[in-house]
Amino acid sequence: MTRRFVPALLLWLAFVAACIAVVSQTRFTADLSAFLPEAPTAEQRVLVEQLRDGMVSRLLLVGIEGGDAAQRAQLSRDLAGKLRADAAFGMVANGEPVHRERDHALLFTHRYVLSPAVSAERFTTTGLRQAIAESIDLLASPLGMLTKTLLPRDPTGELLQLLERLDGGARPAMQEGVWASRDGRRALLLAQTRASGSDLDGQQAAIASLRNAFAGEASKLPSGADLKLLVSGAAVFAVDSRATIESEVTRLALLSTAIIAALLLFIYRSPTALVLGLLPVVSGALAGIVAVSLGFGVMHGVTLGFGTTLIGEAVDYAIYLFVQSGPARGNEGRNAFWPTIRLGVMTSICGFGALMFSGFPGLAQLGLYSIAGLIVAALVTRYILPQLLPVGFAIRDVTPLGLRLQCVVVAAGRLRWILAGVAALSGALVFAQHDRVWNHELGALSPVPAEAQAVDAALRSDLGAPDLRYMIVVRAADADSALQRAESVSAQLQTLVDAGEIGGYESPSLYLPSQTRQLERRAALPDPRELGERLATATAGLPLPAERLAPFIDDISTARARAPLTRADLDGTSFAMAVDSLLLRQGEQWTALLPLRAPAAGAPAKEIDPAAVRRALDGAADASPMFIDMKGESGRLYASYLREAIMLSLAGVAAIVALLAVALRSPRRVVRVLLPLAAAVLTVVAGLMLSGVALTILHLVGLLLIVAVGSNYALFFDGPGGSGGPPPATLASMLFANLTTVAGFGVLAFSSVPVLQAIGGTVGPGALLALVFAAAFARTSSCPVPGTPAR
Amino acid sequence: MFKVASTRLLVAALLAAASVLHGPQAIAAEAWTVAQLMQALGKHRNGQATFSERKYLAVLDQPVESSGELRFQAPDRLEKITLKPRPESLVLEGNNLSVTRGKKQFNVRLSDYGEVAGFIDSIRATLAGDRNTLERTYALHLAGNAERWTLTLLPRDTRMAEVVTRINIAGTRGLLREIEILQADGDRSVMEIVAMGQAR
Repeated sequence: MTRRFVPALLLWLAFVAACIAVVSQTRFTADLSAFLPEAPTAEQRVLVEQLRDGMVSRLLLVGIEGGDAAQRAQLSRDLAGKLRADAAFGMVANGEPVHRERDHALLFTHRYVLSPAVSAERFTTTGLRQAIAESIDLLASPLGMLTKTLLPRDPTGELLQLLERLDGGARPAMQEGVWASRDGRRALLLAQTRASGSDLDGQQAAIASLRNAFAGEASKLPSGADLKLLVSGAAVFAVDSRATIESEVTRLALLSTAIIAALLLFIYRSPTALVLGLLPVVSGALAGIVAVSLGFGVMHGVTLGFGTTLIGEAVDYAIYLFVQSGPARGNEGRNAFWPTIRLGVMTSICGFGALMFSGFPGLAQLGLYSIAGLIVAALVTRYILPQLLPVGFAIRDVTPLGLRLQCVVVAAGRLRWILAGVAALSGALVFAQHDRVWNHELGALSPVPAEAQAVDAALRSDLGAPDLRYMIVVRAADADSALQRAESVSAQLQTLVDAGEIGGYESPSLYLPSQTRQLERRAALPDPRELGERLATATAGLPLPAERLAPFIDDISTARARAPLTRADLDGTSFAMAVDSLLLRQGEQWTALLPLRAPAAGAPAKEIDPAAVRRALDGAADASPMFIDMKGESGRLYASYLREAIMLSLAGVAAIVALLAVALRSPRRVVRVLLPLAAAVLTVVAGLMLSGVALTILHLVGLLLIVAVGSNYALFFDGPGGSGGPPPATLASMLFANLTTVAGFGVLAFSSVPVLQAIGGTVGPGALLALVFAAAFARTSSCPVPGTPAR
Repeated sequence: MFKVASTRLLVAALLAAASVLHGPQAIAAEAWTVAQLMQALGKHRNGQATFSERKYLAVLDQPVESSGELRFQAPDRLEKITLKPRPESLVLEGNNLSVTRGKKQFNVRLSDYGEVAGFIDSIRATLAGDRNTLERTYALHLAGNAERWTLTLLPRDTRMAEVVTRINIAGTRGLLREIEILQADGDRSVMEIVAMGQAR
């Protein structure tokens, strides 16, 4: 060890210590929010918040299968009872009328501030006569059975107004007194977790306690073992995905590390070399985590999973060092290959650097991680590693292998035109089908298995659970203003309901009108004496004499004195949960959500026409409503990030071209370096297309990696070896580097997590192709006579 | 509770009306038995009639009247189209009962109400001439002769009896003329039926 390198070594040790200190403080997350882009517009922010925290993410859909209907119903009741007593759950519904009595009592008590029909006109003589005559006519109908006994207290039919409005939604079928699927083979429950969608640990605990409660209650039944629990919903998906990603990342990282270590051990035949060879990778990974941690505050498990990215390329540096600086070469050999490596690292930085500007947090993190990691790994390889090599350090002599490889390269050169043809055909295919190259669906990244999605769809359809595709959002500084805005939007939505454009809508103001609206309605109620006089005139000639309406006058006079309804009054009714899930506090702002329901009638269910909704909303412009098409919005959002990522990648490619132009100072050499990379990328894309894969944003990352890794190969073939091509040691080191990359990424191709699989399936074959193309397109080299020691 | 009760009543009224829709049939007048009545009722697959109904309610001074058309189509579709005082259509098909009044539509699934499902099965059994099923829900009493008979249905189920005390169906041979429903609260309704013959 030379004395002048001691400072460098100390610096490195200090750096590693500092990294470890930062890493120990770093927060790691494994949820999917890395794939929810940072939303630039207000509508998109609401969407993302809704996905993370909203009622959708808190709803668990539960099915009970097996046994007979009576057993399922019994278990449904027992389970619901248990969950209702569990603080982890807000609302638990299974069709039992737990809230019905209190709901109806609340509606009836507060009907004059809740009913949309209440106005000053309704309580004039004419208005009263009309309303009462209508109620009498209704008695002729079978529906009159509902109102008959209430007529003396509610002759204007306000309760029916309210019930009609609330009963509009689709309800699940009933069997043995509880909800059941339409085919009658499952009992159904809905449970809402108190933990929000962003609190995955809380949701995980809630799901676990649901499963425990089921197992506990089922074991009490005589044939409980026959009964099976199904749980679905966004929370289940998120929790399961996290578990899958965590376990896959761990498993695959271990597996690829093991494969790479075995390969290196085989190549080096020296455990010391193996350990030393991993130093740049470990230093780079530490640096990457630190950079992401400092830059983003948290680090995603997925980003860490792509640390394989680094292992793939940074392991190469050590391989180049060990192999090419071989036994007798020392600094001379190192200096010979270093400029090429430096250019390769800079090329990779140009490629990954573009990702840092992505609005997709996962990609931006990946960009930063790779750059920091690569720079540190390269520096460690360059300045630290050579000093750590023991005196007389030597790995096995790879020259014979290198010589044989030179022959392979010559052979590959003969295939040049065939390979060029393959690349050209691939290019033609990609060009001809360029519309189909990209998958614009966000769902393509979803790690949820198709089977789980099918169960979810079945439960959702049987429960009539809202898919909340369309919703209107209004915001205000306080809850009551948000309710007022919801009311002015509701008025417009009602016109759409009347026109049949939408089936209906939800609004927190249906259950809890704004104070202003309630006071308006209360002010419309006449004083008892006045009302009595008006009733006498209004009921003349009707079969319902005014004397029989004394309870009505009493109720009105009580209603006039009653304080407006507040959120606290709703406790114990099913309206409490409805209001809480539709009226949200977000920081200093209150948000009211108004989900729309598609029209129910008609065999081919009519779709909601967004244009009609937007037109109607123009009438409530003062409430500044936002109309959100959740599915369309998330699709658009993803598509815009995909577009952005493609543009950034192209910018990265342009940067690489510029870099090569400056470094190589020869257009011909630039083309020679870029040609194999372009051929590899096109062939991989064509291969993916032919196997029916539409490319996602992660495939794009994979393509960038092919360019990053492959540029090293192309540069070596173009490098200082002269017209004879790279020397044998260089060839051997490239083969080793390639094998580790293909092994490291090949493993990912077998992952069940789509994002990992996409990267693996792209980079694995891509790296191999890049080497093959680079070799085939290289300038002619000669194949030495076997057995001759060449140098 | 009142909701279930009223639905039950609603279905009772509706289905009682269904039995009306069978066309006239010549049957020997002498010994008129439940078995013969069932056979006469069960033979027809569809029919159409006009109705006028009066409801006598304690809360009102005068009865409320309504009128319209009834249509039945085998095996399980029944429509009650009210024209006066306000247009309303009520369609029972299979397990679904839907009421359309003005722009509003209400849908009820019969199986949501266990007792009512038993009720509907028994009425369908009547139409099919399946006396055994019918007798599971009601005690049957037949009075009169083939030309002028009265079938009385008394609910066996106590929960049903809390709403409906008795249903009297009067008819001539396979043709129904009047359905009277007596409710537990003392209110009653009488529906008069005039058959229009077979539906097209």
